[in-house]
Amino acid sequence: MAKFIEKLGTVDRRVIFLLMALAVILPLAFRMNLPIPIEEGPSKDLYDAIEALPPGSRVLLSFDYDPSTMPELQPMAVALAQHLMTKDIKIVSMALWPMGVSLGNEALTMVGDSLGREEYVDWVNLGYKTGGGVLIVRMGSNIQTVFPNDYDGNPIADMPVMEGVNKLGDFDMIISLSAGDPGIPAWVMMAGDRFNIPIGGGCTAVSAPQFYPYLGTGQMVGLLGGLKGAADYETMVRLEEDDAAPGTATPGMAAQSVAHLVIMLFIIIGNIAYLSTRQKKGGLR
Amino acid sequence: MNWEVIGIWLGALLSLSLYSFLYKDNPFYKFAEHLFVGMSAGYWVIYTIMNVLVPNWWQNMVPPSGGFQPIWIIPGVLGLFMLFRLIPKLSSYSRLSLALIVGTGAGLSMTAMLQTNALAQVHGTIISLGAGGGWFDWVSNIIMVTGVVCGLVYFFFSKPHEGVMGGAANIGITLLMVAFGASFGYTVMARISLLIGQTQFLLFDWLPTMGINL
Repeated sequence: MAKFIEKLGTVDRRVIFLLMALAVILPLAFRMNLPIPIEEGPSKDLYDAIEALPPGSRVLLSFDYDPSTMPELQPMAVALAQHLMTKDIKIVSMALWPMGVSLGNEALTMVGDSLGREEYVDWVNLGYKTGGGVLIVRMGSNIQTVFPNDYDGNPIADMPVMEGVNKLGDFDMIISLSAGDPGIPAWVMMAGDRFNIPIGGGCTAVSAPQFYPYLGTGQMVGLLGGLKGAADYETMVRLEEDDAAPGTATPGMAAQSVAHLVIMLFIIIGNIAYLSTRQKKGGLR
Repeated sequence: MNWEVIGIWLGALLSLSLYSFLYKDNPFYKFAEHLFVGMSAGYWVIYTIMNVLVPNWWQNMVPPSGGFQPIWIIPGVLGLFMLFRLIPKLSSYSRLSLALIVGTGAGLSMTAMLQTNALAQVHGTIISLGAGGGWFDWVSNIIMVTGVVCGLVYFFFSKPHEGVMGGAANIGITLLMVAFGASFGYTVMARISLLIGQTQFLLFDWLPTMGINL
């Protein structure tokens, strides 16, 4: 037994890679489903904050990510767009990351078309501008000086969706889907704290822990963290829309759970093998 | 010719080439890696010119409606100075542009950073231990306040960590370790999520092009 445990400690890393691949592929291929219980927490807080907005409210949705973080953030974009459009909330979108423009457009067009929402009336994509925090501060005094035209070059002054929206303070909420900098910290710092606008967000799991303090202090109204946050939101949106198409985050959660179990198993095996080897070499100190 | 299918096949073959590195380094991996680096560099150069330089600088200096705005020569020259870093003899000029960037950035974010990441956080910690009402909130508030105080004690180096100070510092470092553990857990989740996204692409976009529907 002791020899077997020692051997496990020196297992070829390629065996671990293979098992990890199987742990992800099999649950996806066999469409394994695990329940996603919705509990009180940052995801539910964001959902409730949007639920509390009356129809006709205006929300700024900023797509601050690129394709490298799509598996985590794109499902959030789709679920959020679905929730906002279902509630007849007008969406003004933009991006602090260049590639976020087309990813945002993809999500808004897909959801808008499926719900019969009209571009320029119910939503608009302003596009990308460089500048990060400086750009946000300028938008705080006048949006049209920063974005005179939308993504397609149409003047935003003539758009029904922009009626009554001149500066950041005219939005009822700002939501940033953020993969790094500039992203949520810039929005909290330059818009939330400065102009007193409720800030919500979605982020990669890597960066989620750094935003939890903002939730504790009320600087953010809610947060979707990683694939779990996306799956939470997909589940909550689907609770109301039974006929809505399933998202990509919810099926991914089964694979995520199995992969985590495999990782935990290997951590335990690795530690047992390490302690066993150390004991054999001269006892525990 | 179906360009969508060609795109899916290219994506799938390059993904598999990159994953082949997990077995061992090989020419397929090298090819995909070099292609990615070259394509990314080329893409960003064009993207920056067309989406940053042209709309934010050129179209302001020479508006499509006509005319010429000479004031926009100044940012153009400052931008050019940045490129002088590539010429050792002229590289000192780039300091002017850098000074402007650093000065503006620091001036703009100094107070905001202090307010958002320090004052607001301190304010959030000054709470009544019973705030919230329930026993869970009570315990949670005690852990938070104890964690903040003990964490700060751990980083106080002007007194030896002995006695009460040592105990508090130990609690502080223990709580910090718990926080790092949680952070590492999130990192693992993020990396697995990326693998899941790519696997979903291979299983549900690529395999169907060969008639394999899972």
